[in-house]
Amino acid sequence: MSVLDKSWDKSWDKSWDNSWDHPWARTVARTVVAGALALAVAAPAAAPVAAFELDPGKTYDLGRPATPEEVDGWDIDVHPDGAGAVPGQGTAAEGEALFMTHCASCHGEFGEGVDRYPVLFGGEGTLDSHDPVKTPGSYWPYASTLWDYIYRAMPFGQAQTLTADQAYALTAYLLYINFVIDDDEMVLSHETIGDIEMPNRDGFIPDDRPDAQPATLCMTDCDVATKVVGRARIIDVTPDDDSDAPGISID
Amino acid sequence: MDGTKGASVDDARNTTGARPSSHARRQFLRTGAGLAGAAAAGAVLGRSGPAAAVEADPANLPPNVPWWSKYLGDGVEAAPYGLPSEYESHVVRRNVRWLTATTESSVNFTPIQDLHGFVTPNGLCFERHHAGVAEVNPVDFRLMINGLVDTPMVFSMEDILRFPAVSRFHFLECAANSGMEWRGAQLNGVQYTHGMIHCVQYTGVPLRVILDQVGVKPNGTWLMAEGGDASGMNRSIPLEKALDDAILAYAMNGEMLRPANGYPLRLVLPGWEGNMWVKWIRRIEVGDQPWFAREETSKYTDLLANGKARYFTWEMDAKSVITGPCPEKPVLHKGINQIKGLAWSGRGTVKEVHVSTDGGRNWMQARLPDPVLPKCLTCFNAEFEWTGDEVLLQSRVVDDTGYVQPTMNALQQVRGVNSIYHNNAIQTWLVNKTGEVENVRLG
Repeated sequence: MSVLDKSWDKSWDKSWDNSWDHPWARTVARTVVAGALALAVAAPAAAPVAAFELDPGKTYDLGRPATPEEVDGWDIDVHPDGAGAVPGQGTAAEGEALFMTHCASCHGEFGEGVDRYPVLFGGEGTLDSHDPVKTPGSYWPYASTLWDYIYRAMPFGQAQTLTADQAYALTAYLLYINFVIDDDEMVLSHETIGDIEMPNRDGFIPDDRPDAQPATLCMTDCDVATKVVGRARIIDVTPDDDSDAPGISID
Repeated sequence: MDGTKGASVDDARNTTGARPSSHARRQFLRTGAGLAGAAAAGAVLGRSGPAAAVEADPANLPPNVPWWSKYLGDGVEAAPYGLPSEYESHVVRRNVRWLTATTESSVNFTPIQDLHGFVTPNGLCFERHHAGVAEVNPVDFRLMINGLVDTPMVFSMEDILRFPAVSRFHFLECAANSGMEWRGAQLNGVQYTHGMIHCVQYTGVPLRVILDQVGVKPNGTWLMAEGGDASGMNRSIPLEKALDDAILAYAMNGEMLRPANGYPLRLVLPGWEGNMWVKWIRRIEVGDQPWFAREETSKYTDLLANGKARYFTWEMDAKSVITGPCPEKPVLHKGINQIKGLAWSGRGTVKEVHVSTDGGRNWMQARLPDPVLPKCLTCFNAEFEWTGDEVLLQSRVVDDTGYVQPTMNALQQVRGVNSIYHNNAIQTWLVNKTGEVENVRLG
């Protein structure tokens, strides 16, 4: 134990004496503020305005209505039940060819993922294991998310170049290789995407934090483990000039 | 160092010579800063140990008159937009290549070990992009609001700047900050373990002022914020948060946003995970249910040990870390040393910070210098006397809701090790007998 507890206490006492939290300081501060307020009241038209508390619902003549064409061009999202889906359709068989052309160079011909790019199939039964594999088949709760994400953000570096039909076909292909649908000629469309039942549909629970809270707030002689059982220095994946070591990734 | 450079340096430091030529001065700055930088890097990274402390040049010390006391420096036209001292060139954002497949969908880290106070300089605020930095000309910027509203509308930046504004200090923490540390001590530096965070003064329009312009229909209970970059980042946000303290921000620390931070407009959701603070925001849709987009299903859901995953884990819980000493900042001196650090809570205001030097067996109150603001980084400091023995440094924050920052063991008992996100565990630094500081896990 290298800390001198007594000197610690003293240094804290000293800082407390100088602190604005000291009761004396608070009294001074209150007096000053009270004086300033008295002046403000005495002077007419000096009261500050808390704008956002005073004018709820206030409208300004700013902005303009969006045209239906403008909304159609940008409103591309879809809900899990299919609400809002952009019209279109496609099959897994069509999607396979598109996948080879637009997706396989990163995600692999079978969705296995090249280098560190995301794996898009498999992983069933791994979520409670030490090394979970989270894919559309093993993890994603809704098929709508696949379509939404492909249409808005894929291929990486060429976002929003696919047609709605292509996005439906690619979604169908991913559902097919993940055994969610078993017919590669089944037509997936804006009318049916909300009907797909994903394997991990019920795998999610709402936020139930706060958690991991101690029963009491211990300050002295706490019963905690203080043995060093892991050292980042030994794992040695911290970047320096010449290392590109693999580590536990966040992505 | 070659002979030419050495001669230039000698000239520059000659106490009887003339003012060094600008060339010589540049050489001096380059080599001098380079040497200082290399030595400082050795010291700050803790690889060379405390012995790598930078030594002063006697020519610049009393009784000698240093050269900068005799010659004119740069004039006021030299730097229309200023930069830090060359001797602070090690204070930069850094990344970890193995974390992600590409640099465009990746993250870098704020050098919190080298910063002071709670405000992060704009150029050092960590970056997290999913499709690189969108370079948006504000003239071409449009914000669309549609869905369950009385009138779908489009706003330009000129419109946005004419609404009344607020300015507030808030931290922005990536949900994955400290995410690489769930299974053990992995990265040996506080920049990497805790640097997916920044804290600036955001200026912008309260989101509810904008929503008042379009008229949210009674069944409109959720918003979808959508980014204008090539990732089209979309997240579902409950209307209550939008009406509470959300801001559409166009400025940080007094200047317009940096492109990397969403120029010209981003969403600010105080206290909530950084992913939701949609940058380059192009659209807000009002709906009656959440969207379950990729970034709130595949990502930003927290897998528990039983295979179930939490969703909509929005708040960033109370957290703290000691930013000095830390692996980048070894303990160089026996005797009195200052502990400094940062604490924050997404649920409210920091109430107390406790510091331990024995791995959490005993705790002492740290000082909290003014100001202490809600959902904002809060500085703390304390002293400790180093005798040369091993020390296990920890900090623990309690916020004004009574929430206590948990240990890693407590978190793992509830969540397992595969949550990726929301690791707010107490961090342990081991100060070893040479004064080097290591990221360690206790068990």
